[in-house]
Amino acid sequence: MNNMFKKLIKGGMGQLAIPLIAIALLVIFNLIRDPGFFFVGISHNNDGNIVLQGNLISIINGASELAVLAMGMTLVTAACGGQDISVGAAAAIAGSVLVKTLKSGPQITGGKVLLAFILACIVAMIFGSFNGTLVAVFKIQPMIATLILYTCGRSIAYWINGGATPTVSSPIISAIGSFIPGIPVPTPVLIVILMAIIFKLIFRFTSLELFTQSVGINGSAARLNGINSTFIKLLSFIILGVCVAVAGTIGVSRLGLINHETLLLDIEMDAILAVAIGGNSLGGGKFKISGSIIGAYVIQMLTITLYAMKVSSTDVKAYKALVIILLVVIGSPVFKDRFNKFVNRMRGDKKGISEKGAAKA
Amino acid sequence: MKKFSKILSVALASAMIIGLCACGSSTAPTTAADSSSDTAAVADTATDTATDTAADTAADTAADTAAAPAGDVIKVGVVNNPPSESGYREANVKDMEAVFSADNGYELKTYYSLKNDEQLQAAQGFITEGVDYLLISAAETTGWDEVLKKAQEAGIKVYLFDRMIDVDESLYEAAVVSDMAKEGETAVNWLLSQNLDTYNVIHIQGAMGSDAQIGRTGALDEQFASGKMNKVVQQTATWDEAEAKKIVESVINSGESFNVIYAENDGMAKGAVAALDDAGITHGVDGDVIVMGFDCNKWALRELKAGAWNYDGQCSPFQAQIISDLIKSGSAPSSKKIINEEKGFDATTITDADIDTYGLGE
Repeated sequence: MNNMFKKLIKGGMGQLAIPLIAIALLVIFNLIRDPGFFFVGISHNNDGNIVLQGNLISIINGASELAVLAMGMTLVTAACGGQDISVGAAAAIAGSVLVKTLKSGPQITGGKVLLAFILACIVAMIFGSFNGTLVAVFKIQPMIATLILYTCGRSIAYWINGGATPTVSSPIISAIGSFIPGIPVPTPVLIVILMAIIFKLIFRFTSLELFTQSVGINGSAARLNGINSTFIKLLSFIILGVCVAVAGTIGVSRLGLINHETLLLDIEMDAILAVAIGGNSLGGGKFKISGSIIGAYVIQMLTITLYAMKVSSTDVKAYKALVIILLVVIGSPVFKDRFNKFVNRMRGDKKGISEKGAAKA
Repeated sequence: MKKFSKILSVALASAMIIGLCACGSSTAPTTAADSSSDTAAVADTATDTATDTAADTAADTAADTAAAPAGDVIKVGVVNNPPSESGYREANVKDMEAVFSADNGYELKTYYSLKNDEQLQAAQGFITEGVDYLLISAAETTGWDEVLKKAQEAGIKVYLFDRMIDVDESLYEAAVVSDMAKEGETAVNWLLSQNLDTYNVIHIQGAMGSDAQIGRTGALDEQFASGKMNKVVQQTATWDEAEAKKIVESVINSGESFNVIYAENDGMAKGAVAALDDAGITHGVDGDVIVMGFDCNKWALRELKAGAWNYDGQCSPFQAQIISDLIKSGSAPSSKKIINEEKGFDATTITDADIDTYGLGE
């Protein structure tokens, strides 16, 4: 037991310790507050499908867009040592492209949805490579480079929409956004699992993970070792572009509506937070995508908990900030260092005392 | 190092240019006018506002007024926010262009900006150009004193529409505005007329502090205070559809019962309905939960017609006809503040004609 705990702190799980502890604390807190909080029920939705329902489902379903974005954000963070703050605006653009394509003809067929999604992906990847070029080729600070798209992205989305809030209604869209008939798990959750598997496979069969880490730790050293660091950085932004398109598609499909002003608003900050809570260094280098995914669920669980406690949603952000300050400080290297020193001193003192005792005797 | 900073500065400069280009193209209909403070460019914007049909009417206006005799037409200068601001503004701009058309004996000049100082400059331009009437929907409530005084000296009559300005009443003829509080009252009165045994209300608010939120919340808060209606939850979703869905979801998960959803705009009502659909709770006419929205988007009115929602309150962008009537009557309006009559639509009585006439957007 003690060994396992040590392993958890110092071994490979070390990075995941903070987000896992955070989730455990939130679960315990909720169970004390309301033992039925995590109860999952089965009911029929208005389309007559059997669906799962409950706070737990709300949490893992609601965090889907955030989880997908956090995966891509982790990669960008690791490679570039900076973050993309334009993901929300870019998702609005991708969503607008999706809706525009879907509305281009009278009928919405499966093939058309696929085409629309591919188009949305391509557009998001183009914007991703725009950001990536500024960062990788022109060596601009990622936050400054992506500030451009952050500022004008939603205007571009408006321009694509050409009006207020276009709506689309189709069984296929609602299958993506809520439930596929016959499957009681919300589809966005399945999409997150699919994306996680894809990332896992990419890391398993390519050297992307290793290359990204080495570029993040020391770009020049990586280049001297034959890794094209410019390309790796650019690639991370393009992969994030795919994540953005997926998140935008989920967001639009949930309600069958694109509102360029509110779609995934402020999600970039949550995505960066998810990366940070996941124990990844925001300065680049070593990373764990699983940490960021857990981080996303921590953020969503926090939000749902606060809603369940009927905290006014204007105050939710403030409470969220408090918890996050705590998490980030505990996760910081300085704190860890001091904590370790403190633990060592305690041990050392004990040793000292016992030695003294021995000497007396 | 020097070389690096040189490269960086070039990169930054080019990034800025790229950024500008991207922004410029995205908001072409509006920002085309942004850089222009001279009056010639202001006149151009009438044809620049390429919002579907609006472009045609505006082009017609320009062509017709050139041929029309100078003395007969009434010159109207409109300073407004750009149509890209919202579906409301888009309808507002189209309405202005339709009512103050050459066919109705007007020569229309328009200027659209979200920035107060640019609006002020444009208004000044209209005054020197010598319009007969100046119509203003200001970006900000302050800073208009000097310009309106100049207009008065020049004998130009000023009408405010949609938004009030902090100036002395004598400086303008009348203000034609929406009364958000009245919108709330109309909606709440409709809700009371449903004669439910109990009212357990989920109240989803807009961005806190906005005019629409304060107005639409007021009437409902009175009912909560008097005990006539029970507040199940009152939360702001800041106009965000997805947030509204989460709020309703958390109430459903808590197992509390409710039978009314009062959302302060259409999008949030749609989000709330999505949560009901997922949980298998019926809504609308013959449903367990009454759904109420605001703004009268066309798609929302269609939901109403289909019986999925119960009520949609109007926030009317159609002030042009009222102002036109005032101008043509020639007499001073009876009151300085004219409230634009706004309707509320009931799912059981709404018609297709209503959707066409009052619906916003597509």
